[in-house]
Amino acid sequence: MIYGVAALGLLVAMLFAIIRALLGPTLMDRVMAANMFGTKTVLLLAVMGYLAGRPEFLDLALVYALMNFISIIAVLKYFRYRDLGQSRVRS
Amino acid sequence: MGRALGLLVVLAATWLLLSGIYDHALLFWLGAASCLLCVLIAWRMDVVDHEGTPLELGWRIIVYWPWLFIEIVKANIDVIRRLLRANPDISPTLVRSRTMQRTDLGRVIYANSITLTPGTLSIDIDDGKGILVHSLSREGAEGVLSDDMNRRCAALESDRLHRRAQEDQTP
Amino acid sequence: MDWHVIASGVLVISGAFLTVVGAYGTLRLPDVYTRLHAASITDTLATFLVLAGLAIPSLVAGEWLIAVKLLLVLIFLWFTSPIASYSIGHAAFFAAQKPKLDHDLTDGEGDKA
Repeated sequence: MIYGVAALGLLVAMLFAIIRALLGPTLMDRVMAANMFGTKTVLLLAVMGYLAGRPEFLDLALVYALMNFISIIAVLKYFRYRDLGQSRVRS
Repeated sequence: MGRALGLLVVLAATWLLLSGIYDHALLFWLGAASCLLCVLIAWRMDVVDHEGTPLELGWRIIVYWPWLFIEIVKANIDVIRRLLRANPDISPTLVRSRTMQRTDLGRVIYANSITLTPGTLSIDIDDGKGILVHSLSREGAEGVLSDDMNRRCAALESDRLHRRAQEDQTP
Repeated sequence: MDWHVIASGVLVISGAFLTVVGAYGTLRLPDVYTRLHAASITDTLATFLVLAGLAIPSLVAGEWLIAVKLLLVLIFLWFTSPIASYSIGHAAFFAAQKPKLDHDLTDGEGDKA
């Protein structure tokens, strides 16, 4: 019950993040909103695991946390270098 | 070599804690194989050095974390109070903090500590000019300039770490 | 109700509330740098409160492996979120996005951006 309220709060926060992603106005605002959305997804996955009585969801949360980080770094790296392979070439 | 062994121990511990199944021979050997493969790849990528596995930090980092945690909680409360006003009470400030650390690892720990405390955000690290910090309030910027965290991060670096950093730089 | 149910509920609810505050802050604040400050509330204290709240019932039930997993999630998030924030701020600054400033205590670097 309490966890349900918390999950609802997290969903509201995710809605705010989507609004920020849609409003922009710059690319970086959207990337930031995506990152924030990912963090909230991790928390929501953890809470949902307890809500369903299946803490195995935590493994998903763990993997999602890492994937979220890597995807944000990849997007920013591509934005900077227009290439994902050559990190040592300074533009 | 010792560093690779340390990495292997940490990976194996992580694997054992995450798996939670200890009575299955096949899973155990697959886990051991993947830990070894990870160490091998890290070795080939040449990232098994004082930055990849900073064992030299030792007990100093354990003492540093609780202090950082309390700073994070205090900064959070401050930012939340500023956000919840009818008009957000902010005065964005840009400031350069001269780093006192001797190694890149120390500078990274300092920059990440600044970013981890809400209200201050490191934007650029320059070896000569220091760290460019964006702060939500003038008080936060003055807190960065008081160099408390800077000194503590510099104290994390033992002489051994400094020596290792120089050895790793000159192959 | 048991004490641990109440403690866990209070921690998780306050964590969820802080998440909402942080997200609300990103809607109110004027530019990407100030919004990153609001987003870091979600990344730090809110994450800690939610995960600590979830750890309490597991610890009481003696399922310490689950508590360790929660601790690992917390460690991963706290190690990676400053790097993501730094990358976003760095990229915005070098994409010539000027921060809106009240005070510039550097020698005018905010205008160079």
